[in-house]
Parts: sequence; C-alpha cells; structure tokens
Amino acid sequence: MVGHLLEIEELKGYYRGTFGVVFGVDGVSLTLDSGEIMGLAGESGCGKSTLAELVSGSPPPLLHYEGGKILIDGFDIYHIDPEVLRTEVKCKRMSYVPQASMESLNPVKRIRGFIMDVVKERTGKKPSREEVLKTAGDHLKKLGLESSVLDRYPLELSGGMKQRVVIGISTLWNPKLLVIDEPTSALDVTSQKHMIKSLLDLKQAGVIESMLYISHDISSLRQLCDRCAVMYCGKIVETGSMDDIINNPRHPYTQGLISSVVSYDPEGRQKGALKSIPGEHPDLRNPPPGCRFHPRCPYAKDVCKTTEPAVIKAEKGRRECACCLRLDE
Amino acid sequence: MNKMNANNVLLQCKDLTKIYVQGLIVANSVVGAKNVTFDIKRGEIVSLVGESGSGKSTVAKMILRLIKPTSGDILFNGENILSYDIRDYYRRVQAIFQDPYSAFNPFYKIDRVLDKAFGLRNDHYSSDKRKEITESTLKSIGLNPDEVLGRHPHQLSGGQMQRILVARSLVIGSELLIADEPTSMIDASTRAGILNLLLDLKRERGLSVLFITHDIGQAQYLSDRIVVMKKGEIVEQGPVDEVFVNPKHPYTKDLLASVPRLYEKWEYT
Repeated sequence: MVGHLLEIEELKGYYRGTFGVVFGVDGVSLTLDSGEIMGLAGESGCGKSTLAELVSGSPPPLLHYEGGKILIDGFDIYHIDPEVLRTEVKCKRMSYVPQASMESLNPVKRIRGFIMDVVKERTGKKPSREEVLKTAGDHLKKLGLESSVLDRYPLELSGGMKQRVVIGISTLWNPKLLVIDEPTSALDVTSQKHMIKSLLDLKQAGVIESMLYISHDISSLRQLCDRCAVMYCGKIVETGSMDDIINNPRHPYTQGLISSVVSYDPEGRQKGALKSIPGEHPDLRNPPPGCRFHPRCPYAKDVCKTTEPAVIKAEKGRRECACCLRLDE
Repeated sequence: MNKMNANNVLLQCKDLTKIYVQGLIVANSVVGAKNVTFDIKRGEIVSLVGESGSGKSTVAKMILRLIKPTSGDILFNGENILSYDIRDYYRRVQAIFQDPYSAFNPFYKIDRVLDKAFGLRNDHYSSDKRKEITESTLKSIGLNPDEVLGRHPHQLSGGQMQRILVARSLVIGSELLIADEPTSMIDASTRAGILNLLLDLKRERGLSVLFITHDIGQAQYLSDRIVVMKKGEIVEQGPVDEVFVNPKHPYTKDLLASVPRLYEKWEYT
C-alpha cells in the first residue's frame, strides 16, 4: 500500500425498507492520504452522513452495503472477517464520532466509568484502574480539559466539553483515521472555534493522522481542512484543495453553494444580494436521470438530462469535477 | 426632533427584566434578561445576537406576551402592550420560529392555515375574496399557489413552510415580525431566499423585523441595527456598520473573532 490511508471506490450504499429504496450513496470514489484533513460538504439529505456510516463499518439496520470497496489502511472492510474488522480496524486504526454523539453519554455514569468500559471492551481484559485513568487524564488534557472531568457526570459538563470528552474517548488509542460527523453543529461560535482548535491540536500532537470531517458549514470546514469534497444527491461532484473549492469552484453546484454562504465580513456588509440555488434537493428515492443537478442547474443543456457526467481529473487526481459542461475548458 | 423620533418608533423595550424562579421551598432564581432597553423603528430590521443562553429568546417571548416580565415595560406604538386586547395585539405582532416542521398541524392542508389567519382580521371577507388575497400574497413572496395550496405540510420543504408562515403574517397584515432563528433548520442553499424575502418585505411594505440569531453573517447581511446580548444583558447596540466593523465591547470583539469566515483562516495564538 502506498500513500492512501482511506480509499473508497465506487461505493454504493442504499437504504431498503417499506419506503422503497433510497440511493443514499451511489457510486462514490474518494481517497484520503495519511496526514490530510478532508472535508465533506453538502446540503442535508445529500448522503454525507450515510457515507460516514458506511466508512465506520457498522451501518445502521436499514442501510445496506451494495457494492464497491472501502480500504482502510489496506483492510477491505466489507470483505474481511468481522472479528478482524473489529480488532484490527475499529479498535486500532479508525474511530467514528457520529452526529450528536455527545448526547449519547450515559447520564447516570461518571465519565471515568464510561472510559473504563471502552478500554475493557477494546483490550478484552480488565484494565488496571489507575493506569487507565492516568492515560485518559493526560489524553483529555491535550483536548484542553482538566483531568477532574473524569469524576463528573455528563450533565455537569457544557455542550462543548461533552463533545470534547466524546472525541477524547474515541481517540484514546491513537487511531490513524478519525471520521467525525458534524461535531460543531450544536455548538456556539466560541465553543466551535475552541473545538476546531482542539482537533488541530490532536493532529499536531500526533494522536490522529488524518480526519474525514463532515459538515454542512463550509466556513467552518475552511478553518481546518486541507482538501474538500462536495457531495450532491449521493454522488461527489467536486473534490479539490480547500482553497480551490472556495476561490475557484468549477461545478455549478459548488459555485451555487459558495455564493449562497452568508459570511461575516469585518470590513462591512457585503455588496449585492445573496443568491440561493433555485429548487430543492431531490428525493434520493427517485434521483433525476442524467446529471443529478440538472433540474437546478443554471447552465443545464439537453445533454445534461440524459448523460451522466464523467469525472474529469486534473492535477494528478487531486482535483476532480463531474460536470459535462466543464469539458470545454 | 424628539417628537418625530417618538412617532417613528414602533416597539420600545424599557428596562426589561425577567427572573425565572424555580423550586418550591428553596427558591432558585435564574436571570433570563436584565435591564434590556432597545427600540425598533418602523421599517427597520433589528438583530438580536448572542450565544445560546444569552436571553435572546426570553426577550422575544416577552414581546410576544408569552411570558410576563418581572419588571420593565414594553411599549408598542407608544402604549403598553398589556393594554392592548390580545387579539388586536396579535394582529399587529406575529412571529416565525426556528422549526417550521412543528408549526403545522399535519392533518390539515395548507389552505386551512392561511384561511384561519383571516380570523384575526375584522373585515369578514367572503371565501372568494379570502382565496384571492391568499393567492396574491403567496405570489408576492415567490411561491406558486398551485404548488402549495391543497397540499399537506409533509409534502413541502422546510423553506416553503417557512415562507408560508411569513405569508400567514402578511395575510394578517402585521406590522412587526419576530423571527426567532428562522433559518437555522433550513439549508444554506435555500436560506438566502428567506433572508432576501425579509429584506424585500422591509423595502416594499415597511415591515419591521426583530431578527434573532446566533449567525453573525446573517445578522450583518440583513439588519439595520444590532443588539448584542450576553447572559441576559445588552453589552452593545448600534448601527450594523458600527457594531460589526468597530466593535467597542470586548465581548463583541471576542464573538466576532470566533466567527468562521469563508475567505480567511483563523490564526491561532
């Protein structure tokens, strides 16, 4: 294996139930190198969290893996023994922090009890108490928490602290990859800044190597990501470096998304009216044929209604864009 | 000069204080708002910004007469809001909230929501006339009546529902709209539509809006004046270009420094 820590190839994951089939993730390819922070942006309902759940290796009941490959540090997680997946991947190499996970702390247990449980489950034997609490205390300090947090109950902590505790617990064993889903969406701007700084500190301290950071808020992705992938309707429409995505978006959807962001400007109010993307995100049960963005796209032509756009690669595959009209450039 | 100003002021909050008391034997008090004083002029959008727990929504609830202030007065058109008949007051002051999905009764069609709004008016229109007003109002805010009327709430998107709630307050003909985080559950790509709608209504109909948000970017885009709150107290208020360009209070400076910006990265010290 050279380079890529996470490699996703033509991944498909659908929800199946009485409601029909929802094409949550429909042919996604993505690579993440060691040492990189990758952002995943998009509207709600575009499949961001579904992708994270598939990468986590334990998708929720109705979500089914339907094809493609996910390689984490060389392990093809859907084609190996579940026990190997658990011990080698989930307990060593990858950690997944789902959305709103800070609300999942058991309210009648102290934080240290929770940590003891996790460590016991992970190592398979009863750990020595003092040792674990010492390492855990030191670890939480890297996230800017006092070690006295260990003796508290979740309700005694603020939202930002709980979120950091959850991240602390999931990074106890120095995973190479951290998949983190909307960690700041329930936090205030000040705790959000703090949170993002803690994550960067963790990476600096060598606790985690790389991160897949999912958020709908491009301004906050901007603050920590090296690269960014934009998702629309179960597919990735554009990837590139964070700077390129913001300053030089190529796909019409990315352009619309960037121009609809209301950003604070200390120089004064922005000139001109904000633009929104007309229409609504399509229902993933019934995605539009051809290019999935064509009903909302300002440049749509006849070809877009029938032909699914191919992914155009540039800059040695570091920049990808899936739009037919960009072929001319 | 003074008199002219007084005529222009639509809503005035004077030393508004709310202390929540909890507990039966040992009273436990929490300050929700303390000495909040500000006013809203006609045709003006005022934003109330602050972190969660800063008392923004407490102020909104007091203005909407949902809770009683512990002390202080709220004047609407120069008269205490408690002196208005409650129906008359709600004809003038309406609100839209954070979650449009829970604001509708799922069993009824959208038509009914808008039709019932006429109940607050005293003009007893015929049903044809009501329908006509409803349709023209929907058109004026950029909704196609054919796409909306006759549907149930679950068939509409969050952005459409929030617009219908705005339409409802327009049908009633209210003068002041309290918008409590109206865009936080709506996607960024459609959010701009709601913000632009509020701006248009201000320009065209002279609607006054109290916009409550924690999103500094939206507050800057929309408002004429800003009121910054912290722990129930106002720390700074003034025109948007003053407060957000040259903040005076250390808390405002702090808050503005933590806002993630699209074109700039934070520097960590």
